[in-house]
Amino acid sequence: MPDDPDFSAATREVWDVIVVGGGNAGICAALEAVERGAKVLVLEAAPEPWRGGNSRHTRNIRLAHEGPVGPLEGSYGEEEFFSDLLAVTKGKTDEKLARLVIRRSAACLAWMSAQGAAFQPSLTGTLSLSRTNAFFLGGGKALLNAYYNRARDLGVAVLYETPVRHVAIERGRFRAVEIEREGRRAAIAGRAVVLAAGGFEADLDELERGWGPAARNFLVRGTPYNRGEVLHDLLAQGARAVGDPTQCHCVAVDGRAPKFDGGIVTRIDCVPFGIVVNRAGERFYDEGEDIWPKRYAIWGRLVALQPDQIAYAIVDAQARELFMPSIYPPIRAATIEELARKLDLPVERLADTVARFNAACRPGRFHPTERDGLSTEGLEPPKSNWARPLRVPPFEAYPLRPGVTFTYLGLAVDERARVLGPEGPFEGVFAAGEIMAGSILGEGYLAGFGMTIGTVFGRIAGAEAAGARS
Amino acid sequence: MHGPELDRLVAEARRQLEICNACRYCEGYCAVFPAMTLHRAFSDGTLVQLANLCHGCRACYHACQYAPPHAFAVNLPRALAELRVASWESLAPPAGLGRFVQRRAGATVLALLSALAGMFWALASLRPPSGTGFYAHLSHGAMVAIFLPAFLLPLALLARALRDFWRLVGGGRVRLRHLRVALAEAASLVHLSGGGQGGCQFEKGDRPSQARRFAHQLVFWGFVACFASTTSATIMHYALDWPAPYDFWTPPKLLGVPGGVLMVVGGIVLASLARRADPELGSPAHRGGEAAFRVLLVSVPASGLLLWAAADTVLQAPLLALHLATVLAFFLLAPYSKMAHAPFRFAALVRAAQEREAAGTPRGAVRASS
Ligand SMILES: Cc1cc2nc3c(=O)[nH]c(=O)nc-3n(C[C@H](O)[C@H](O)[C@H](O)COP(=O)(O)OP(=O)(O)OC[C@H]3O[C@@H](n4cnc5c(N)ncnc54)[C@H](O)[C@@H]3O)c2cc1C
Ligand code: SF4
Ligand code: SF4
Repeated sequence: MPDDPDFSAATREVWDVIVVGGGNAGICAALEAVERGAKVLVLEAAPEPWRGGNSRHTRNIRLAHEGPVGPLEGSYGEEEFFSDLLAVTKGKTDEKLARLVIRRSAACLAWMSAQGAAFQPSLTGTLSLSRTNAFFLGGGKALLNAYYNRARDLGVAVLYETPVRHVAIERGRFRAVEIEREGRRAAIAGRAVVLAAGGFEADLDELERGWGPAARNFLVRGTPYNRGEVLHDLLAQGARAVGDPTQCHCVAVDGRAPKFDGGIVTRIDCVPFGIVVNRAGERFYDEGEDIWPKRYAIWGRLVALQPDQIAYAIVDAQARELFMPSIYPPIRAATIEELARKLDLPVERLADTVARFNAACRPGRFHPTERDGLSTEGLEPPKSNWARPLRVPPFEAYPLRPGVTFTYLGLAVDERARVLGPEGPFEGVFAAGEIMAGSILGEGYLAGFGMTIGTVFGRIAGAEAAGARS
Repeated sequence: MHGPELDRLVAEARRQLEICNACRYCEGYCAVFPAMTLHRAFSDGTLVQLANLCHGCRACYHACQYAPPHAFAVNLPRALAELRVASWESLAPPAGLGRFVQRRAGATVLALLSALAGMFWALASLRPPSGTGFYAHLSHGAMVAIFLPAFLLPLALLARALRDFWRLVGGGRVRLRHLRVALAEAASLVHLSGGGQGGCQFEKGDRPSQARRFAHQLVFWGFVACFASTTSATIMHYALDWPAPYDFWTPPKLLGVPGGVLMVVGGIVLASLARRADPELGSPAHRGGEAAFRVLLVSVPASGLLLWAAADTVLQAPLLALHLATVLAFFLLAPYSKMAHAPFRFAALVRAAQEREAAGTPRGAVRASS
């Protein structure tokens, strides 16, 4: 489409604000900038049906609030929010930026609603998340649709299938972006740029640098378009990095999930009610350490450390009704031996593992929804809760693989979202969303906080970029 | 309820709903998702129930991160629409008739033309020796002889179909409170409001719009007014010994004329919305049948209004034949046309109210983290 009129016009224009990446952070920046009268162009690598990056897979946003408001119950103050963040990051957070995000998050609900976002009334059964998190009606893709409609109404230009390959910065000042379209390169000039192209979780080569060949077996839960190109391009130009370059947030997903974009539905929930074995037919970690929502995020890493990055969760018929089924059918057998053959695991070893586990289980009260203390005795590793022998056929297995959610490496920014270079901030270069989240979320994950960072910093970056044009 | 096509539609709805049940992002849009979360596995009956709960607002399609081109190819409005109409086809006896009318626009045209021929014949050969107004063309007795069975027969067939539906979906004993809930939901068309986002996402891509809910309300309340008009005329005829024609300031006209206008306007808007809507998000196989139904739906009140306007002119006799023919076709086709959606939807709403009550909680458990 090099002769696409929109595209040729875009290359002739000098834009006030160019936004790289049309996920939550990018589109929030575009909306904020256009509302300030800027001429805004969004460049999105993906084709239109795939726009919205990982944001299209999200479900909620964490927001501070002083009292019940909209879908949020109770109150969630800055101090409590910050201490929740400290707990998951183990202190790996820039307090100034973190508090900025938390404080500004209180204004997000009204702003989002004004842009057309719709929320779901608080639900029962969300584990008190309705106090801290607002759920998008229809999820992140619906939110992004509303934002894109609003952006179009306000005159934001969007080019799809237009990945940015290089950000031209001359003498510390933004000049243009170099894009690729239908195999051809072109430059688009602008006065300011907002970098919102996500992390590099879809770049398996890059993940391999941190994880070794094991990374080849990872599944990517979100978009295949977040390849970290813009991030690495900026780092190569002297931008300051934050976050551990080797680390990623990884959960256990069904091994049969697609390589990319499996999203939320490929999760496996049965681990606490059975055992998990590796390729050798051996258990390797306490399956009953804590309730699943508190533990599922560590299992990605645990599986990643096993041979061939695969493991199998095995339950018996007693457990079947206790967890949400996978969208893939379980592998089922009448005996453990038959199951081992179906899974291509060493038959005697698996039978022995199950027999030893069963022998280590003790009688007691089993309670599926709380830590029941029903633990194994004399078994290594132990299973500390919900330890019931596997004995009622049919036995069912689900393969587990590590599923990457996001990466931690990012660009350092200041509280005006300016990207920091070797000698202070670059001029006219701003960043928002996952591409800079490593400053604030250096480790772990706090449900709904990715969207908070993207919304708050997207808005800051958009406003600053619009201001930078004069 | 079986057959290769039905089995395929049931299997496809099941495949998609299993994905939805693991996701549940759409929980706030309509009654389908809260009902879905009450199940861990979906029986054929549950799938038919969920299909009939769906109002085809398409919000869940536009929200879905797994919609095509994603390999999961989730297109729930379509899967449920295809299963829904197929369920009516198989539940309304005789087998095959529903299939013909729901899928072929020509079937409705054929029915209308036959009814028209029949009415012209009746007008020509049953012309009474005396009478005023319409009754100058066809006696009251002849009208009753034609329309009473034409009204009662489809009702009886629909009642039978509903009984089979109720068995299939595992419905329990209906209480007044279930009917109250269902009636309130049906009268307000709350499930076309998109869970508070400002309507369906039907005719303007992913932009919400109230047009469909509004137009459907016009048709619905217009229909109710026309029905009340006919009822009042019946009462006046038999109980008050006050036969037609009625002048404007009488209940039959005061209800019938505005009711007819509402139906015509609402029906035309619904038809134009359907033309603009993406056929891939509905059941393409039933598109022709649905379009023909909308024409029929509009032609009943439109011909009635014309007849009223043409009273005492030479056009009265042919317009009377036309109007009576549209009414006849409309009623006789009711169990086999899109009209079937009304009783089945209502039954599904009643069933959903029962299920919610039995579950104790309004909604099922939700996955909390991401
Ligand atoms: C399955 C899943 C569920 C999640 N659920 C939640 C949740 O409920 N709540 C929450 O807060 N967080 C959640 N997260 C994390 C959340 O997705 C991210 O924190 C957030 O989406 C980041 O937003 P972003 O705009 O920075 O990036 P993205 O939304 O990923 O957007 C980046 C965009 O940049 C584009 N792009 C990439 N490279 C280029 C290039 N070179 N040129 C042009 N465009 C480019 C991409 O195509 C993409 O559209 C979830 C993540 C996953 C994977
Ligand atoms: S339609 Fe899509 S987004 Fe909605 S619940 Fe189903 S799978 Fe989830
Ligand atoms: S199309 Fe509308 S009514 Fe039907 S399931 Fe989806 S959201 Fe519900």
